[in-house]
Amino acid sequence: MKILVMGPGCAKCEQAEKTVREAVAEAGVDASIEKVTDFQEIAKHGIFATPAVVIDGEVKVVGKAPSKKDVLSWL
Amino acid sequence: MALSEKTQCDCQSCPEPGNARNGVMKYMVIGIVALAVWYGIYSQLSRFADWFAYSLLGLDATSHFGTAVQFFVYDTPKVLLLLILVVFLVGILRSFVTVNWTRSFLAGKRESVGNVLAALLGVVTPFCSCSAVPLFIGFMTAGIPLGVTFSFLIAAPMVNEIALVLLYGLLGWEVAALYFVMGITIAVVAGWVLGRMKLEAHVEDWVKEIRAGEAASDVAMTWPGRFEYALSSVKDITGRVWKFVVLGIAAGALIHGYVPEGQLAGIMGDEAWWSVPLSVILGIPMYTNAAGIIPVVEALLGKGAALGTVLAFMMSVIALSFPEMVILRKVLKPRLIAIFIAVVGSGILAVGYLFNAIV
Repeated sequence: MKILVMGPGCAKCEQAEKTVREAVAEAGVDASIEKVTDFQEIAKHGIFATPAVVIDGEVKVVGKAPSKKDVLSWL
Repeated sequence: MALSEKTQCDCQSCPEPGNARNGVMKYMVIGIVALAVWYGIYSQLSRFADWFAYSLLGLDATSHFGTAVQFFVYDTPKVLLLLILVVFLVGILRSFVTVNWTRSFLAGKRESVGNVLAALLGVVTPFCSCSAVPLFIGFMTAGIPLGVTFSFLIAAPMVNEIALVLLYGLLGWEVAALYFVMGITIAVVAGWVLGRMKLEAHVEDWVKEIRAGEAASDVAMTWPGRFEYALSSVKDITGRVWKFVVLGIAAGALIHGYVPEGQLAGIMGDEAWWSVPLSVILGIPMYTNAAGIIPVVEALLGKGAALGTVLAFMMSVIALSFPEMVILRKVLKPRLIAIFIAVVGSGILAVGYLFNAIV
């Protein structure tokens, strides 16, 4: 499973990354988590608001940091 | 807590339409009860503050200290209650007006109409400062004119619902309304002017080369989801700004009770013509959000600074912040950034002088 957390580095983007990492650790699933900060890369996914979370190419949330409950339901 | 557990149950049983309707009904009932309680408390605040300061503490209603305490006890819950209500309502609105929706809504609108709509949407769209660049790219790739995009980018940070509540609570509805109307006007006019200048060549080349695919579709929200989203933004925002509110009101209370008016009139009053440009220039390198700047605004006004000068300062702090320019530099060439600052700056100056002239 490949998880991308998109965001240049504002507080909410940091929070999104942290939540995703915690949820993955809690669920114990095998997933690679990558933080994407390059705007060009973010735009290619059709994402125009940050933070955003993409799991295996599927956009799960745009424009807000997800809750841990949300992330766990996607894993 | 029990509330959010229940919501989750509702979501899991959503496929059955009857349950979904029950979920909405439940939220409607909770909402109406909450609103009634809200109004009940709000309408008694003035009486409570009088009773608290003058009967319970036995303070003298004509003394400095008595007036200050009454002001604080009345204003703090008032502003917090307003904040909760407004942030909740804006949260509900925001669950409809997503960035992707805004993008497709603005695409293909005529320029003048587009400027006005973009500025108004800028007020309610969820927007954190680091979203400025992705948003800009999103608008460009949707074929939205540069000027309309700027109207949005100016209005989004400048006119802010928290600032509106604080201005209303601390300075009255006239100032709040003026701030709203002037903020929208600057965004519309500045965006329109920038659009007329045909500056497309000054957007960084890589932005023009991006062929973004379809916008990622927004996850459809149910009504319980919207309520939950609005509640979580109330928790998030109130949790962050309540300190500023209390501090601001405490400063206001002291000023209200003690400080003689006219202290700052010499430097920041409407007599000094240079005070408006000076406050704009001072505002640019400062960076704070709307909630942080309003207590300062109130303190300045209380000491006799002119309203136009103070509003100009506040608007330049919020709309022309240096860090945001650094972020925008990723997509805009330096010349366009300079023009952007000049056009928005002129708008803010005009507002400053206008207010000083009429108030």
